[in-house]
Amino acid sequence: MRIPNQIDQSVGDISRLASSTWAIATSTAAATTTTTSTETMAARLPRHLLVFFTFVLGCVGAAAAAYQPGSAEGYTIAGRIKIDAASASASAKGFGLPSKTSNTRVILNGGQRVTFARPDGYFAFHNVPAGTHLIEVSSMGYLFSPVRVDISARNPGHIQAALTETRRVLNELVLEPLREEQYYEIREPFSIMSLLKSPMGLMLGFMVIMVFVMPKMMENIDPEEIKQAQEQMRNSPVPSFSGLLARANS
Amino acid sequence: MAPPPRHLLLVLLGFLAAASLATLAAAMYEDQVGLADWHQKYIGKVKQAVYHSQKSGRRRVVVLTEENVIASLDLRSGDIFWRHVIEKNDPVDQLSLSLGKYAVTLSSGGSILRAWNLPDGQMVWETNLEVSKLSKPLLHILSNNKVAKDNLVLVAAGRWIYAVSSIDGVIAWEKEFSLDGIEIKQVLQSPENDILYVVGIAGSSKLNLYQLNAKTGEVVKHIQESFPGALCGEALLVSRNVLVALDETRSGLFLIEIKGESISYNKVHLSDLVQDLSGTVKLLPLMSNGVIALQASSTLSLLKLKGIDGLEVIQTFEQPATLSDALTITEKDEAFAIVHHMGSEIEFIVKFTSDVSNEVIRENINIDQHRGNIEKVFLNNYIRTDKSHGFRALVVMEDHSLLLVQQGEVVWSREDGLASILDVITSELPVEKDGVSVANVEHNLFEWLKGHVLKLKGTLMLASADELVAIQALRLKSSEKNKMTRDHNGFRKLLIVLTKAGKVIALHTGDGRIIWSNLLPSLRASKSGEIPSALGIYQWQVPHHRVMRENPSILVVGRSGTDSSSPGVLSVLDSYSGEELNSLRFDHSVVQIIPLTLKDSSEQRLHLIVDSHSRAHLYPRSPDAINLFLHEMPNTYFYTVDIEKNVIRGHSLQRSCYLSFDDEYCFSTKELWSIIFPSDAERIAISETQKMNEVVHTQAKIIADQDVMYKYLSKNLVFVATLSPKATGEIGSAAPEEAWLVAYLIDAVTGRILHRVTHHGAQGPVHAVVSENWVVYHYFNLRAHRFEMAVIEIYDQSRADNKDVLKLILGKHNLSAPITSYTRPEVMVKSQSYFFTHSVKTMAVTQTAKGITSKQLLIGTIGDQVLALDKRFVDPRRSVNPTQQEKEEGLLPLTDSLPIIPMFYVTHSLQVEALRGIVSIPSRLESTTHVFTYGVDLFYTRLAPSRTYDSLTDEFSYALLLITIAALVAAIIFTWIWSEKKELSDKWR
Repeated sequence: MRIPNQIDQSVGDISRLASSTWAIATSTAAATTTTTSTETMAARLPRHLLVFFTFVLGCVGAAAAAYQPGSAEGYTIAGRIKIDAASASASAKGFGLPSKTSNTRVILNGGQRVTFARPDGYFAFHNVPAGTHLIEVSSMGYLFSPVRVDISARNPGHIQAALTETRRVLNELVLEPLREEQYYEIREPFSIMSLLKSPMGLMLGFMVIMVFVMPKMMENIDPEEIKQAQEQMRNSPVPSFSGLLARANS
Repeated sequence: MAPPPRHLLLVLLGFLAAASLATLAAAMYEDQVGLADWHQKYIGKVKQAVYHSQKSGRRRVVVLTEENVIASLDLRSGDIFWRHVIEKNDPVDQLSLSLGKYAVTLSSGGSILRAWNLPDGQMVWETNLEVSKLSKPLLHILSNNKVAKDNLVLVAAGRWIYAVSSIDGVIAWEKEFSLDGIEIKQVLQSPENDILYVVGIAGSSKLNLYQLNAKTGEVVKHIQESFPGALCGEALLVSRNVLVALDETRSGLFLIEIKGESISYNKVHLSDLVQDLSGTVKLLPLMSNGVIALQASSTLSLLKLKGIDGLEVIQTFEQPATLSDALTITEKDEAFAIVHHMGSEIEFIVKFTSDVSNEVIRENINIDQHRGNIEKVFLNNYIRTDKSHGFRALVVMEDHSLLLVQQGEVVWSREDGLASILDVITSELPVEKDGVSVANVEHNLFEWLKGHVLKLKGTLMLASADELVAIQALRLKSSEKNKMTRDHNGFRKLLIVLTKAGKVIALHTGDGRIIWSNLLPSLRASKSGEIPSALGIYQWQVPHHRVMRENPSILVVGRSGTDSSSPGVLSVLDSYSGEELNSLRFDHSVVQIIPLTLKDSSEQRLHLIVDSHSRAHLYPRSPDAINLFLHEMPNTYFYTVDIEKNVIRGHSLQRSCYLSFDDEYCFSTKELWSIIFPSDAERIAISETQKMNEVVHTQAKIIADQDVMYKYLSKNLVFVATLSPKATGEIGSAAPEEAWLVAYLIDAVTGRILHRVTHHGAQGPVHAVVSENWVVYHYFNLRAHRFEMAVIEIYDQSRADNKDVLKLILGKHNLSAPITSYTRPEVMVKSQSYFFTHSVKTMAVTQTAKGITSKQLLIGTIGDQVLALDKRFVDPRRSVNPTQQEKEEGLLPLTDSLPIIPMFYVTHSLQVEALRGIVSIPSRLESTTHVFTYGVDLFYTRLAPSRTYDSLTDEFSYALLLITIAALVAAIIFTWIWSEKKELSDKWR
């Protein structure tokens, strides 16, 4: 199969497979894009229609004459990383967290193999043996859940992927961040209330109340009651410091 | 109002103030970046450099390094534009530029071809090629190919040759040469027509020359010729129709001429050309116009070819000398550079291949002596304003640093040896001699106040943009943190690192600048060709307060060869200046270095060095040290872990060696115990002990119901994890039934297994950290298919009945009884495991001066970040529904997985690329610890695991405090006057 360009090559794999196994709903959409180039394809497809290719399974023992990526021994895991453009730009604006998607790494089995995501988010691992694998995505500013990928040796069409964190089963290998990561505490904007809430503010506030409000309250109290209270005070001993501490603690 | 309530008020307010300080956030604000932390980016030792010849814009060079980094550097300043660290098991062999906009790399023995966008470093495409792994791959980019304005990228490896489109990575054609055992050695392109010349060697003596059509890959012509002797394989085309090849013995050269269909050759003996050929002779890849270079261990010779009849020596340079690759200047001419040492300077010579006897440039450049010899040079040219050619070169030195030389000067240098740190220790800085002068502070009182007013404005969000910049600059500058003297809090220290190149570098914790560096002569490659390897760095002499006059010193241990049985070398360096005080070459090998807790009278630490014959040697060799050690010898035990034989052995020491009776510093060892793991079921994956300098504050843990648990605290506790043979491989290679992990807690003195637990369905890699009485280890759970973090806490049961206060009073407790490792301990073990999201690269635990502060696990994640996870999260006593008492104790409710809170990343928004190690060093302030992480990058920060409870933070606003006090005083005066007035008016009434 002569393949016009890189993306279409993978798409071509899908269209080849779609007839035999794992017919996916979006394969027709993919097939129509076979002739377009990467740029025009990205432009033509709306943002939400990103799920057009999923697992690509290169079968073992396929004809060696025609080149097939990763068809020598094992399977190909191909997928796409989708970081919402809107949120990425928001984070860049919002807190100076650069959307370092250029350094997005996809890690197979805890570092056995590492590949990088292309500008459009695609990645692929070739020659992966059958078994249960783990894919991790490392991208600054985002938390991705590791993905469990099961490739069955007996039944090449059968494949399973699930997020290990949320146990959500994926129909397509489109990896989205669980959440954005905010590495810094956000400073609260200045307000009079925050100043008043600070210990010094409280101290001042208490002073003001004591100075201005207390005398007014004292005036309202019956003079006889004040006398009573003063007598009580005279009778009772001066409260000790430790007693005060205990009271303050309780 | 009466005075006592005022007191009450102040006390209350005091508590409020304390409470609000305690609730200060543990995470940092964005504007605090760089206050206590620094981050340095490196790339490693450059092995290939390609200049980007762009007419406009910033000049850049793309480099490939031995740390498996590809990076784009600014040629003016040496700054990194972008950089990618490729995984170690995907080694990048070749680098080239294509179309002036892609950098193309070939990795994993020629099987992965990637293209990177030059301006921003984004990966554009990746193509997998099917090649035989064992061959050295070649990457060649065709220029001026007429095929659809596309440059084809040629990859040749073994018997395969691929042509890949450089725009999208699609394979244009491929060719497998069917000839048996052929290996492609060279691919060349003829400038006029679309013909490729492919030179391959089959067997060892059959030279094959193919001519291929560059568009389709079809073989146009095939010539084969057998040679009488075997070829060395290092074949190279000198000009288009003449080949030069070394023969197998490296003593003769074949000069091969290709004329149409036939090959004719001539053999020249090297000894006829160059005298004094010692060591291995190498043919350096060069050049057009019939110029070749020959490298022997003592000389570098330039030779000129005269047809195939013979060679002529043009010039010979003494080693160390280095030759650059040829640089095409015009169609017919190439330039090359030779750099060699002239005393303390280096000489940089540029020549044209058309006229080898003349020199275009000869410059003498002064280079720091601590950089060693020149290892590589990469030449680049530029057009001067007068249209003549100017030359500059990137120079790679022996200490892995990278320099740009131009016009006889070093324009910039990068200390890239720091990308390969082997070991780290710290050293205190010298004490300030004259004492801190208060006058200095008062002198700057106005400045000080101004700064604080600015900061206050910042906290109140009233500052303008300019002022914000000023605040940030003020914070970062604060000369206080960069002083070269010891400070009260122990925040200023020297980080002394040992790099792979054998260079010792001291960094200041304040800003990470290099204080001194020393390329150790004992760890430099010698002329005889042995390559020494550095092993580790240890404290040698840490003078105590009384002998403060002496500088502290450090010990660097290495091997004089890469083999573990080669003799060791030792150097003692001054920590303040980096000078080598003493250096020694052992007559024995170095297998294990055991720093002892003993110090001799000059405060030198005693070290035991175990050699490959299991003999221990004591250093320093002084009578004082031996006397001291002989007392402690019966109590000295050590253990060895033999991963290959799957055995752990415990040893004790005995007087005198078997071999050398006269050497009183040599001790023989006796095997006391051994634990042999069955190889078919368990393989040792990791063994871990606690850090030697760890301090434990409390022996007991008081749990919720006023009960006491005594920690089993033993410095001899060793954690060993074994994996089933299947589980040692990668994830996905084993089924859960055939994978298990067994965790052991072993006493290293007696070899007693204190605890053993099996995790079924668990797989490596295992990472572990041991501290106090607990172990936390990380592994992969195959059944849940998630990573897991397990904790084991070990408690001493024999002391559990010491809870009775009466017994304590009457002295009937065993707390003061001497503890020996030979008593059989009754231990109680609590364990628990939790899911953890990420793979882990390395783990460490925070260390503080007194061990009071709670601990945090420092986890280096797969994303090259460092997560600080509070030990409370991995407490084995966490339960689903903690009781009220347990909640008060601070026990968290049980969750199945450990939380990853982004604000707990110590490295915040930075990455420590290719993270390898995390070191935590206590500062003098109990709440704070230094954290130094290294990989290709360096990152340093200070951490306060329980927040800075013993000092005010930098955030504390002194100005606000002053304003409040002023306001209070004003209020007091005002109310006093007011009350006076009122009193007066009352009296008048």
